[in-house]
Amino acid sequence: MTGIEAHLSTAVQIDAVSKTFNSGKPNEVHALDNISLDIADGSFVSLIGPSGCGKSTLLRLMGALTHPTDGTVTVNGKSADLARLDRDYGMAFQTSGLFEWRTVTQNIELPLQLMGWEKQERKARAAEMLDLVKLPEFGDHFPRELSGGMQQRVAIARALSFRPSILLMDEPFGALDEMTREHMQTEVLEIWARTGKTIVFVTHSIPEAVFLSQRVIVMSPRPGRIAADVEVQLGERSFETRESQGFFAKVTEVREALRFEEDAR
Amino acid sequence: MRRLIRSAAPAIVFGVVGLTLWELVLAVAEPEGFVLPRPTEIMASFVENFSVIWTATLNTGYIVVTGLVAGVILGVVWALLVSRFRLADEMLTPLAIALNAIPIIALAPIFNAWYGLLSPTSNQAIVVLLVFFPVFVNTTKGLTGVGATELELMHSYAASKWEITKMVRIPNALPLFFTSLKIASSLAVIGAIVAEYFGGRQDALGQFIVQNAASSRYTEAWAAVVAGSAMGIILYLVSGGFERIATPWRPDVDAVVQ
Repeated sequence: MTGIEAHLSTAVQIDAVSKTFNSGKPNEVHALDNISLDIADGSFVSLIGPSGCGKSTLLRLMGALTHPTDGTVTVNGKSADLARLDRDYGMAFQTSGLFEWRTVTQNIELPLQLMGWEKQERKARAAEMLDLVKLPEFGDHFPRELSGGMQQRVAIARALSFRPSILLMDEPFGALDEMTREHMQTEVLEIWARTGKTIVFVTHSIPEAVFLSQRVIVMSPRPGRIAADVEVQLGERSFETRESQGFFAKVTEVREALRFEEDAR
Repeated sequence: MRRLIRSAAPAIVFGVVGLTLWELVLAVAEPEGFVLPRPTEIMASFVENFSVIWTATLNTGYIVVTGLVAGVILGVVWALLVSRFRLADEMLTPLAIALNAIPIIALAPIFNAWYGLLSPTSNQAIVVLLVFFPVFVNTTKGLTGVGATELELMHSYAASKWEITKMVRIPNALPLFFTSLKIASSLAVIGAIVAEYFGGRQDALGQFIVQNAASSRYTEAWAAVVAGSAMGIILYLVSGGFERIATPWRPDVDAVVQ
């Protein structure tokens, strides 16, 4: 797919999806209720909401790590499961999930190894990815020798190494301090601009969602529903973006949407 | 090398001081009988009986090493089966626990009846039974104790179960496996010597200790205990050496004990 065609196509299509855990048991939980959502190819979309609103569950449904009780999830025109088998997803979580027994380079090479890449190609690609996340000199280190922010950068490098079309991120910066966090946000946007991936980003930080995304999906809890779909048009982000009127306006809009949901309960 | 000397120095100093105190207290108190010989007497007996003790140590060492290797292989294979197949878990885990609940040393005379009083096989069987359980429990814990994030990542790469075992579960289990190997190596020495009290080869450490103690030659018995201890220490250090080679990612806090 190229050019205009790619721009118009839908990366993720969620159609009337519901998810119930422990169905029929006393601890039954309605995590998601009748969610429909289209995510355009190449866009940056955030899912935000209070804890327990099912935003992580929705992300996991897109990645075929769990399956809907009702409705369908279509990714790149096929079922989420097929997309997973085709390795259409790169994933990053709150914990880096780096394997402590592998060096940084070996961690980035792991998916490539599974996909049968030649050793030389793997090495070259890992080096390229380390440049992308600005850690070129750390390839031979073990993960425990890196700071939390650096570990997350490696995790993102690994998620992108095999050129998946979609990047699913579940609060990847949730455990980082504010300064590192803002720095990482800028880097993710740079990576997004350079690679053109579709990124779905789960967060519970309103400024983070507004700063990163073209679209913020606000969710309400139990059962999880889409409360608001906020379009964010702030142009190219820079340091000043966070101090602009437009930014504050969008933060307020998202906050209002979240508060409205609180009150409605 | 210098680091090795530095890390071993406190233990050596402590040992020398301890032995000197032992020697001095006995020299001053001069207790009746042969309850506790002095370290110098034990050493003298060790030198005097060296060729007999050496042969006995080699014979016992053979039981220890073969039993240890077989027990470790059994424990690891058992752990792999249990962590991989639910049915194996349901059938074999209770069996392992039941086997471990048996007072294994108490089986020594029975095994002697099975394999023949002078056969070393019964001693090996005791060692295997003693060793397999700690290896099984720890290795299983390592194989199954993989984080949810790590597993989800492997799923997102569409990795097969075998690939997950090979690339995640086994490396994750290595540190615990080596912990259990260190426990098992000491257990193997204890198990072999105690099993030899009841039968097996006559020129082995257990029999040497029993026979000398029976005729009140306690100093000789102690000399054989020293040989058994040395064997345990060597096996422990060898296990630690393998651990360092196999798990290079772990922080080098304390190579010996950690």
